[in-house]
Amino acid sequence: MDELFQLPVLLGIIYSGLRLATPYLYASIGETIAQTSGVLNLGVDGIMLMGAFSGFYVGMQSGNLWLGLLAAMFVGFLMGLLMAFISVTLKAEQGISGIGLQLFGLGLSTLLFKLTMGGVESIAGFPPLKIPLLGDIPFIGEAFFNHNILVYGGFILVPLASFVLNKTTFGLQIKAVGQNPQAADSLGVSVTRIRYTTVCLGGVLSGIAGATLSIALINLFQENMTNGMGFIAVALVYFGSWKPGGVLVGSLIFSFVNAFQVWLQIKGINIPSDFAVMLPYLLTIVALVFAVRRAAQPAFLSKPFERGEM
Amino acid sequence: MLNQNKVKNFLDRTIDALLPLAAVPFALLFGAVLLIIFKVNPLEAYQSLIQGAFGDKTGITQTLVKATPLLLVGLGVAIAFRGGIINIGGEGQIIVGALAATAFSINFPQLPRWFLLPLTILMGTLAGAVWGGIPGTLKARLGVNEILSTVMMNAIALQLANYLLRGPMIDPAEIEAGTRIAQSALLPKAVWLDKLVPKTLLHSGAILAVVLAVVVYIFLWRTSIGYRIRAVGLNPNASRYAGIPVKLYQMLALTLGGAFAGTAGAIEVIGVQHRMMEGLSSGYGFAGIVAALFGKLHPLGAIPASIFFGGLMEGGNKMQRAMQVPSALIDTLLGLIVLFVVSAEIWSRYRARRRQMNG
Repeated sequence: MDELFQLPVLLGIIYSGLRLATPYLYASIGETIAQTSGVLNLGVDGIMLMGAFSGFYVGMQSGNLWLGLLAAMFVGFLMGLLMAFISVTLKAEQGISGIGLQLFGLGLSTLLFKLTMGGVESIAGFPPLKIPLLGDIPFIGEAFFNHNILVYGGFILVPLASFVLNKTTFGLQIKAVGQNPQAADSLGVSVTRIRYTTVCLGGVLSGIAGATLSIALINLFQENMTNGMGFIAVALVYFGSWKPGGVLVGSLIFSFVNAFQVWLQIKGINIPSDFAVMLPYLLTIVALVFAVRRAAQPAFLSKPFERGEM
Repeated sequence: MLNQNKVKNFLDRTIDALLPLAAVPFALLFGAVLLIIFKVNPLEAYQSLIQGAFGDKTGITQTLVKATPLLLVGLGVAIAFRGGIINIGGEGQIIVGALAATAFSINFPQLPRWFLLPLTILMGTLAGAVWGGIPGTLKARLGVNEILSTVMMNAIALQLANYLLRGPMIDPAEIEAGTRIAQSALLPKAVWLDKLVPKTLLHSGAILAVVLAVVVYIFLWRTSIGYRIRAVGLNPNASRYAGIPVKLYQMLALTLGGAFAGTAGAIEVIGVQHRMMEGLSSGYGFAGIVAALFGKLHPLGAIPASIFFGGLMEGGNKMQRAMQVPSALIDTLLGLIVLFVVSAEIWSRYRARRRQMNG
């Protein structure tokens, strides 16, 4: 155990922790925006799987990772549009629709994977991009500033989303629609338009989250490769109290625990690996328990809007 | 006049109950488009699916074998839903139910059948109830979102099973042979369920599931506890004013939901596999949700719904073998059917409102 506190080991855990946080960041920030406008999208996991598959497949076929990323974004957008249509226009129960969307994404990504590729193949993902000067700082340069572009993107997304939500008219409209759709509607803000926009944006970001797994971090596609990460991403939104900064803290805690768990397994420390794998899921439940205590939930979360009611 | 109204009311209700059926051609059509893109003849594929599910004795009995856990899980999902709780934890509850039934029966093989068999099932029921009761308590006491917590409980149960089946519960014969396949020893014959049709896998658990469906119907509509669960689900605020301890009933709804899925796990080990193994549940926890929704959350509606989805799962396997169409197609269709059924609620609501307006 003493080994853990040696510098190279710590830096290694930091390096992989930052990488692992990336998919959570994209997915949770996207979900934060959707939930702030009042839509609970529980299908994130299914969207991530579709994004992971389409990013990988298009990236491999075209030889261009950016095209793969674009495909993942587009597929994520379509899945978001489907969720928006069901939850906003048809006003369906959002919890169950999300589960339907997840089953659909899981089934379809597996089906397409088996029909097009058949077996697991790997790809050369986005290469690491050393930031000039910062990357040359001894020790920490390697751990913090030598990641691939999608990792940086995930961390830039946090202040960006925070700015949009708090400082722009669009952001305030999103909040208004989630807190009091009746009032927003009477002031001429289209509840439908805002919710469609946020859910589709959430879909795009979940698509990117999936693609980070398949073309930037793990660099292959496998059946159900997210293993429930999409659900953890939704839980992180609660944990982060619907604030991008809070989501960042949650994602980091999660991914560091995960990196630590992987390290334990590699070291062959004497706990069964099954319990180590269990850790993030247990942690999610604990995180949810603590999240409730300081609830700042959007007042109209998961409630469809009907004009002239109440 | 009164009679006419009654007829109209009956017709309306029938249409509401049959509405989910409209999802099926829609989902099949989507699947057909996918198959055509991949140069598979959809008519041939669907024919092999139906043939595989209902075409001969093996197909029909296998369909009913798959329908049994679906019905049990579906009953649990329906109770929870009626109480306003969404139980996604069927998969994990099945696993712990199967683990508990296995561990218990293997450790007490000397007990007589009349005592060991019911107790084995009960152990599965209790384990499932605990696995549902934990997220149920977290929901009731702390307001933790039960969808997320039950999904996490699924993952935890899966890892628990992986650990137990590779370690403490592994079949000693697997260690001796050096193969180390992750499965338990065979259960004592005293707990094996009787076959309903010789030389098939169909077992008496199917009858138990149907009986339980009737029991759940009576429970929900003819007892005061069932009535309160439904009241809490329909309107928690009004229930609170009426003096019903809402949180207690929410917790009860999810605990009962877990109990039924746990029973499904126990029945699956003593009826089909006769041992606990990896992948025992193979998606029953999720397909059971679909069956419950499809049966309009009515315990008796869940019976035909689970036979239908049991057939879809069984036929999907046959189709995979005969036509090389991955059975993931069935999961895709299940997802689409869920989306369609929840979306169709808008028409049910619209019709209900129009009924009210017309007096």
